[in-house]
Amino acid sequence: MQEEVVRDLVPPAISALCRRGADFASAEDAVQEALLKALANWPDSPPRDPQAWLITVAWRQFLDQLKSADARNARELRLAQQPAPGTPPGTDDSLRLYFLCASPALTPASAVALTLRAIGGLTTKQIADAYLVPEATMAQRISRAKRQLGGIRLDAAGDLRTVLRVLYLVFNEGYSGSLDLTAEAIRLTRQLASLTSDPEVRGLLALMLLHHARRSSRTGPDGRLVPLRSQDRTRWDTETIAEAVVILQDALAADQLGEYQAQAAIAALHADARTVEETDWVQIVSWYDELLAITDSPVVRLNRAVAVAEADGPAVGLAALAEVDPSVPRHTAAAAYLHENAGDLTRAAHLYAEAAQKAGNTKERDHLLREAARLRSSR
Amino acid sequence: MAKYLLLKHYRGAPAATNNVPMDQWTPAEVDAHMKYMDDFAAGLQRTGEFVHADALSDRGMWVRYDGEGRPPVTDGPFAETKDLIAGWMIIDVDSEERAIQLAGELSAAPASGGKPNGEWLEVRPFLTWDRETTAD
Repeated sequence: MQEEVVRDLVPPAISALCRRGADFASAEDAVQEALLKALANWPDSPPRDPQAWLITVAWRQFLDQLKSADARNARELRLAQQPAPGTPPGTDDSLRLYFLCASPALTPASAVALTLRAIGGLTTKQIADAYLVPEATMAQRISRAKRQLGGIRLDAAGDLRTVLRVLYLVFNEGYSGSLDLTAEAIRLTRQLASLTSDPEVRGLLALMLLHHARRSSRTGPDGRLVPLRSQDRTRWDTETIAEAVVILQDALAADQLGEYQAQAAIAALHADARTVEETDWVQIVSWYDELLAITDSPVVRLNRAVAVAEADGPAVGLAALAEVDPSVPRHTAAAAYLHENAGDLTRAAHLYAEAAQKAGNTKERDHLLREAARLRSSR
Repeated sequence: MAKYLLLKHYRGAPAATNNVPMDQWTPAEVDAHMKYMDDFAAGLQRTGEFVHADALSDRGMWVRYDGEGRPPVTDGPFAETKDLIAGWMIIDVDSEERAIQLAGELSAAPASGGKPNGEWLEVRPFLTWDRETTAD
């Protein structure tokens, strides 16, 4: 049985335990224990009904937890031993689980960890490996998050924005260690899109798919970063792009524009150009204007300035860049690129070197260093 | 989440506010200091922010390549080395503000006279490795 199929069984199991009277924190723990047993046992002896197996073993685990806590929980135990309601958990339960794990009461890191475990069905060890922290640290982060959720009930009202924010964070973490968080974020967003008709959910899904479709061209054979303008577009995954465009068009048809739909629209325009020269920069700039009207984010302002430079020339782009807060990440890198296009190679080389010093990750730093070296050696 | 290195120096940092060398503290003051450090790390484990901590000997040397077929050259240890790292703690936190707050707490470890140490700690963000972003 594929691991992903096993992981799909986790959220319904948690919901089932909650419906039988378990609190969310205990239910989540019990299901995680059952999951570890499943991963250990199923390869040799797969159950006939995996979902029922997981719920039964988790429920037994939950009862054991209660018994070991014993006298204090005598009342809860009586509650727990009442017969279970027969109806299977439905759409609403799954959606509520998303809301709960992304509760604004949690820090973003806690929300991410809890979402990956309770909805993604990942083990603590897998999540810890992905975020390069010790398993004990991740275990504490998760149990602390659950304590913080304390009194919040599974059926409390939730905000879809915070859920999308969490999924976006997971996607942007990319792939580190053995786990592909990009694919995991897409899987969870796809599931969410099947639970709600909110167009922003589909906007985010389209955005993720469009970026994912370019993944193989984003890195050169030697592992170096390849910027969008230099990517081999024949390597883009056209099937995924086509799927994303359909999802996006469907979302836009609802006429409730949001930041993820606008970002996806920009990504779709890039995906639509067979060569970098074919890029419809004028339309991209107008989508950035839409995006600015929604978010007024300095990062968007920065990206817009680069698009303006492509549409109207580097001088106009530099004027737009001058309006952007220089402390925004990648500001110096954008300035370097625009000065290069304006023909000021000395200044551009200097700015690339400065941008390399400010880079937050090694691939970007190495790329910017190479850009500086390229300009300096061409003189 | 972002990882930060909190670097503690034997030498090279600006003077601590409570600048009595550790070898001149009372044993109880040393114990209190050590306990504070242990409790601090345990606290970070509970909040899910702890990654790693370790300490270095103050001995050490410089090593460099010295040409094909030749053994590496070593030099030192230098008693007069200006900057000497004593140890570090790696934390994984939500913000730079949180990293600074924690470094401040760590620097408040009790020292001579039971007063806060006030030593300078170096706080350095890690570069991430491979981060796919929707930014391009």
